[in-house]
Amino acid sequence: MRYLALAAALLLLGTLPLWAGGIYYVNIASQILFYAVFALAINVLVGYAGLVTLGHAGLFGIAAYTGAQLLNGGHGHAAIAVGALAATLAAAALFAVLALRGTGIGFVMITLAIGQIVWGVAYRWISLTNGDNGVSISGRPSPLGLSLASPASFYWATLGVFLVAIASMAVFVASPFGASVRGTRDQPRRMAALGYHVWLIRFLAFLLSGFWTGVAGLLYLYYNQFVSPQAVSLTASAEALLMVISGGSATLLGPVAGAALVVIMKSVASAYIERWNFVLGAIFVAIVIFVPEGMVPGAVRLGSRALALGRPRVPAALPAADGEARR
Amino acid sequence: MSALAVRSLTKSFGGLLVTASVDLTVEPGERRLIIGPNGAGKTTLFNLITGELRPDRGAIALFDRDITRVPGWRRAHLGISRTYQIITLFPNETLLRNVTLSLLGLSPLRWNPLARLDRQARLVTPAREALARVGLEHLADRPLAQTSYGERRRVEIAMALAQRPKLLLLDEPFAGLSVEERRDVLQLVTSIPRDVTVVMIEHDMDVALDFAERITVLHLGQVVVEGDRGAVVAHPRTQEIYFGA
Repeated sequence: MRYLALAAALLLLGTLPLWAGGIYYVNIASQILFYAVFALAINVLVGYAGLVTLGHAGLFGIAAYTGAQLLNGGHGHAAIAVGALAATLAAAALFAVLALRGTGIGFVMITLAIGQIVWGVAYRWISLTNGDNGVSISGRPSPLGLSLASPASFYWATLGVFLVAIASMAVFVASPFGASVRGTRDQPRRMAALGYHVWLIRFLAFLLSGFWTGVAGLLYLYYNQFVSPQAVSLTASAEALLMVISGGSATLLGPVAGAALVVIMKSVASAYIERWNFVLGAIFVAIVIFVPEGMVPGAVRLGSRALALGRPRVPAALPAADGEARR
Repeated sequence: MSALAVRSLTKSFGGLLVTASVDLTVEPGERRLIIGPNGAGKTTLFNLITGELRPDRGAIALFDRDITRVPGWRRAHLGISRTYQIITLFPNETLLRNVTLSLLGLSPLRWNPLARLDRQARLVTPAREALARVGLEHLADRPLAQTSYGERRRVEIAMALAQRPKLLLLDEPFAGLSVEERRDVLQLVTSIPRDVTVVMIEHDMDVALDFAERITVLHLGQVVVEGDRGAVVAHPRTQEIYFGA
């Protein structure tokens, strides 16, 4: 059943450019996918490590800006991917060392401050970032000779990256390291007493998050062929955080659903309603009221309740008294 | 060689001197009971020994190795395990996962991002054994949140024992338990093999007396009386501090 659903989802996603009904919708699907990679990356910190970040658009932007400047410097696409990801990882390491001096609200505030510094550089350091005008690039890459210029081919490439990202998240979550990360979220003191190096575990989680943020940032650059301070702004960080929280943090599909919600509201709803931000806000309020754990876990909970109501009532067996079983 | 040697250990929080130049020597295999009224600094002493707190002054040695500057997480690898007075477990995980996490903490596997944790037989099998040892194997797959307080207390002990510690620190293992549960836990603690040195803090002296060979009485951060069970119980200072006589 599970594999069937997975196969159906893969088939639908794989053939999307054939049935989506136009370039416009294919492009929206591409945006959803790379924002989903971004949200999955943030989920590593927010969901699994319990460290809320408001500065991840900074890392996202560092990947995009580095990629753009390297490309305009005449480097090949492979060099750009490696260079941009290396720069993002280095920045993530630096951010982590600074931000991990605190946890909880301290961590939030430090990431917020760092994100704003990156935004300041993007906006004001004109010789490096071209300021408010942003940086354009001349085209999408052609890995192995395959052009990504058309919306459909870019979509398929993005889908491939997205599938690798979500599969790697699934492996991470079930792994011993994933359990270590969640343990430091739930009981950091106890984890230290059990022999875990809590700081290093959080640092590595930050790097993992930084890596996929960099990948998402590069995809963003290739999609738009342009990056400006807007991509690095606090609004962008908050939007990505909302994707994770609205979809359901610490779940695999939650960030994906959240990314879909935000991108669709931004692109589709804004075509019909001028005050689309208001609609998005109303949806978030509804999520907080009805499914505070996020759309995906909330839907699972409501769905199983509906199923239980549909079935004939069976008197629940009394749970066996454990004290009895022992003796 | 002593299992644990604490020398002139001092810790204050602001102006409050919580541990005032404590000296404590525990021999290998010993069963030591630390008693004292509320606020005597018993748990702080444990936190200093496990490295959760840094002392202002003094030294701590584990089997003659100075660990005063060793970070807390590494002390677990050197053979110190502890239980907590206020239970700090992972409520959303199963009992088996709780104990597995305890074993994983000492395994290099904890850095592995690719393996499947629930398929690691060399962690899961000993974790089941540790649960069996405290009589909870039938609840192994139940989430911790659905177990009783007494059962959680035994999970705490299972997690500590699973790590095969050289030095086990039990922080009020009987607190909040019913008479029956106390008996179970006492039996469990008594059955710990002699290659484990056990130091127990207990507020309630009645239960713990049977367990102790030597007793240390802490009062206002200082060691007031120390010696064999009978001598300490009979000591006038103990009577004065503890029984208010």
